[in-house]
Amino acid sequence: MSNTILQIDNVSRVFPGVRGGAPVRALEPTNLQVEQNDFITILGPSGCGKSTLLRIVAGLDRPTDGRVLLNGREIKGPGADRGMVFQSYTLFPWLTIAENIAYGLREKGVPKAQRQEIVASYTEKVGLRGFENHYPKQLSGGMQQRTAIARALANDPEILLLDEPFGALDNQTRGLMQELLLGIWERERKTVLFVTHDIEEAIFLASRVIVMSARPGRIKADIPVDLPHPRHYRMKTTPEFSDLKAQLTEEIRVEAMQAEGVH
Amino acid sequence: MPRPLEPVSQGTRVTLGISFFVLFVLAWAFATLGGFVSRTFLADPITMLQDGWLLLTRFGFLGDIGITVWRVVGGFVLAAAIAVPLGILMGAYKSFEAFLEPFVSFARYLPASAFVPLLILWAGIGEMQKLLVIFIGSVFQIILMVAVAVGNTRRDLVEAAYTLGSSDQGVVKRVLIPANAPEIAEILRLVLGWAWTYVIVAELIGSSSGIGHMIIDSQALLATGQMIFGIIIIGIIGLISDFLFKAVNRKLFPWRLA
Ligand SMILES: Nc1ncnc2c1ncn2[C@@H]1O[C@H](COP(=O)(O)OP(=O)(O)O)[C@@H](O)[C@H]1O
Ligand SMILES: [Mg+2]
Repeated sequence: MSNTILQIDNVSRVFPGVRGGAPVRALEPTNLQVEQNDFITILGPSGCGKSTLLRIVAGLDRPTDGRVLLNGREIKGPGADRGMVFQSYTLFPWLTIAENIAYGLREKGVPKAQRQEIVASYTEKVGLRGFENHYPKQLSGGMQQRTAIARALANDPEILLLDEPFGALDNQTRGLMQELLLGIWERERKTVLFVTHDIEEAIFLASRVIVMSARPGRIKADIPVDLPHPRHYRMKTTPEFSDLKAQLTEEIRVEAMQAEGVH
Repeated sequence: MPRPLEPVSQGTRVTLGISFFVLFVLAWAFATLGGFVSRTFLADPITMLQDGWLLLTRFGFLGDIGITVWRVVGGFVLAAAIAVPLGILMGAYKSFEAFLEPFVSFARYLPASAFVPLLILWAGIGEMQKLLVIFIGSVFQIILMVAVAVGNTRRDLVEAAYTLGSSDQGVVKRVLIPANAPEIAEILRLVLGWAWTYVIVAELIGSSSGIGHMIIDSQALLATGQMIFGIIIIGIIGLISDFLFKAVNRKLFPWRLA
């Protein structure tokens, strides 16, 4: 297993109870190995600890127990080797689109000429040519998330973490964004960890779908997706896709019912 | 009838704004020129303008205005130069906040005007004393308000910066400060307005120049026209500085309006 890039080792998270309340077990001890170039989607009902797991990998939260290894080194805090795209719009509102994409490169001290070159290439890749000098507020939600993806990728991270990045977008935009992200992955083969509660999204993007159980979160199933690449949106209507969808729908339904207290 | 929260056009806004000034002066003229209020207590607008003209042309009032503006700006810049960095540090670092916040909150309620007699003892009646009054009146307010603004910075922006490789110092310099710059400018605009009230108090006691000094001099002469002229000049200067501040903010922070 020489090409394991990320190893999640018995990671659990308990949030202390607020104002004397009971502590919240957000994540049961969880193990996961991510191979180089994997596109892993983590699927589960809301509140099952998906964000918690991703934030621990990002270094924004600490596990109560266990550890996460990136290329064999334990993660102690956030860093440029793990790019993150959040569900909320987190572009820096005081920077233009180009300056936002260049942010990580500036922090690294990349010289200006090289910076501009990288920014131009990622602006192109996410289809934002002509918007370089706009401020985030002037862009639609989909464009802002595209910029956020470009901002994370421009840093050339080892792994890209996305926490329901398209969750706030309308259906049409969301479909286009999925194709865009997948297109980038097919060309650059970055390792991706993508959190979602949308079953179609999880299948369409993934090389592996990890299904999480309702709270406290646990990995319930690990399902390889062997649909061929390059994928096109029409794939969503093929029988293979529908079979996978039916299988995952069943898995998730049980969990969602449990999360809502329905039996 | 206008509906709640319905916007008005720029033209209507200006017309309405000016018409209240006109109404105000008309009411004033009616009360004084109509003989309803004794001239001893309140001069009429025409006398006020004549007195004002006399002040400007014969008694060197422009010099008084200049010295007052200098004091406000001097004391205020001094306060801002110390308070803004302290406020940013307090907002950014919670231990620093825990250390300073209780004292600053206490000091903020000390009335600047009550320090005037004490400051005269310490610093005499020179310029230093005037600057210190403004300084004391402004510095704690700015520290606290800036600290609150910085402390309320969106957490997700800070987290995004960390995942992009920012160091702790980088987060302060390239997220906390730019994210709050417009609000800090707005705080300064607000506190500058308050600084004007402190300077007049400082000039009412133990001063031989400035707008406040002129007003107290005029009181001895029962020259209500001059007093009112002085007060109106303060209002006009406040309006102008406010306008300039807003214009500069719009220029400096285009992303706010974008
Ligand atoms: N900072 C926190 N303090 C206390 N409880 C939290 C905190 N963050 C998340 N939780 C709880 O942990 C559980 C999992 O949350 P989260 O990881 O955000 O779920 P998901 O992303 O799958 O919707 C939820 O029940 C949530 O209420
Ligand atoms: Mg979540």
